[in-house]
Amino acid sequence: MFSLSYNVQRMLIISSFLFLPLLLLAAFSFYPALYLVWLSFTSWDGYSPDKPWVGMANYKEIFENREIFGVLSHNLAYFIGGIVQNILALFFALLLSRRLRGRNAFRIVLFLPYILNSVAIAYMFTYVFDAQNGSLNVLLTALGLEGLITSWLGNKHVVNISLAFISMWKFMGFNMVIYIGALQSIPEDLYEASKIDGASRFQALRYITLPSIRRILELSMLLTVSGALEVFDLPFVMTKGGPAGASETFVTKTVQTAFNFNNYGLASAMGVVLLAIVVAVITIQRKVILRGEKE
Amino acid sequence: MRVELRETAGTTSLRRRAFLSPEGMRHALVYAILLIGVFVVLFPPYVVLLNAFKGSEEYANSGVFDWPHSFLDWQNFSRVLELSHMGRAFGNTGIIMVASLAGNVALGTMTAYALGRFQFKLKPYIMGAYVAATLIPSVTTQVATFSVIQHLHLFNTHFAPILLYLGTDVMQIYLYLQFIRTIPYDLDESAMMEGASLFYIYRAIIFPLLAPATATVVILKSISIYNDMYIPYLYMPAEKLGVVSTTLMKFAGVNSAEWNLICAALLIVLIPTVILYLLLQQYIFSGIVSGSVK
Repeated sequence: MFSLSYNVQRMLIISSFLFLPLLLLAAFSFYPALYLVWLSFTSWDGYSPDKPWVGMANYKEIFENREIFGVLSHNLAYFIGGIVQNILALFFALLLSRRLRGRNAFRIVLFLPYILNSVAIAYMFTYVFDAQNGSLNVLLTALGLEGLITSWLGNKHVVNISLAFISMWKFMGFNMVIYIGALQSIPEDLYEASKIDGASRFQALRYITLPSIRRILELSMLLTVSGALEVFDLPFVMTKGGPAGASETFVTKTVQTAFNFNNYGLASAMGVVLLAIVVAVITIQRKVILRGEKE
Repeated sequence: MRVELRETAGTTSLRRRAFLSPEGMRHALVYAILLIGVFVVLFPPYVVLLNAFKGSEEYANSGVFDWPHSFLDWQNFSRVLELSHMGRAFGNTGIIMVASLAGNVALGTMTAYALGRFQFKLKPYIMGAYVAATLIPSVTTQVATFSVIQHLHLFNTHFAPILLYLGTDVMQIYLYLQFIRTIPYDLDESAMMEGASLFYIYRAIIFPLLAPATATVVILKSISIYNDMYIPYLYMPAEKLGVVSTTLMKFAGVNSAEWNLICAALLIVLIPTVILYLLLQQYIFSGIVSGSVK
């Protein structure tokens, strides 16, 4: 049917198969990134045709206005939550990779939050954390722990911890499933051999398990860091950044700056700063991983 | 269910070893920890389930942990469907999901075939571009992406999220590239000996053999599209274009005092995914594991 030579076909396939994917890559990954950098040097309001050049003014604003850069400290709660989440995930993965009745049922339940709609999760926890009717405060009363009762989303010292907990609740099972997968790929005879050599369970964990899943551990940590920097939907839906801005994150602040205050220039500069931080974190992490592999 | 599990744990340890032996104690401890985990996970949805079936008056006069008079009272659900346009929202989410999944699978397999089977001069640069793209988190560049969508006149259309779901996440490219390496090149060669065209090889050999990777892509992308709020919220604010996430948000915002209704709305959004999850859990777990190990 086709009389074209394979060389011509090859050319045709490569160019036609890659045309659309590369166009999408250019239009939605690279062009926005470059355009973002350019916008960050302007004071564009989002609709007028002229985009006045303001040089470094937006960046100066970000680093001098404590209100903007200080917001990153709210992201810290999510970062710490993410670390706890990874530790818990590894712990549950270790528990569930031994012989155990009902192992699969536990895995199904613990992973469940990951597949749930994030807006639904946000409202579910608004109900749990509600100061008056919230089930958490009712539960605490029933347990005789009235002293712990607080307005979980209204207290500015607690709100980020409450929100970070939800993110932990949602993603712990995801990490756990990944760790279970990694644990299962460790050959069983390594453990047999260590038992014969008289190694304790802890020693087996320290010298066999952890080194074998190190790459996955590092990848998860990477996702934790970038995830913590990019938190958006929980505070956006649940607290609108309140009370009094206590739960704003860098991304909710960026979105607000652009779409509510029409300050696209400043918002772009904030985007560039976040981009730079994420790229720096990933680069450092890759360097560490690569060095680790050479050793 | 929890009580039942605790009993099985007890009987096995009784049968196998003395109940208070160190081994038995350790066993009990493991179950206790797991049950605490189960409790923490199921507590919020359990409370939602209880209160979704209470009428307004019943809700006002009962505690959060009280069971409803009847689990067969569906009034809240029909009121939610009436007030919220949730049916339309499922339609919009469905359209966006089907279109972007089809596009992702088609373009992903094509890219993997072109990059995974042929050597050409530009290839290292293209691979490099994909690696660089994973470094750019799309959340950060949204301000600029927004103006791209506006220039294309796609703001407030289904095409905006479809294109963004196609263009911003390149996870499927890695997955397919990794998987195509496991398909022996001999298959391509013997087909070529018989004179098959390269397009035929892609369509009749490579595409079907990539099916396991396709299953993973479909599962992971479905979860993330159904659960995404950011993109539809920013790019399709029009009332009639509401997807499940944004419609739920609007409904809960307007009826914020009526928790029994909100709980019913939450169940309407959550139940379909939970059922699919229980049916497909094996595939989801293996998909997550293979998707994460790049």
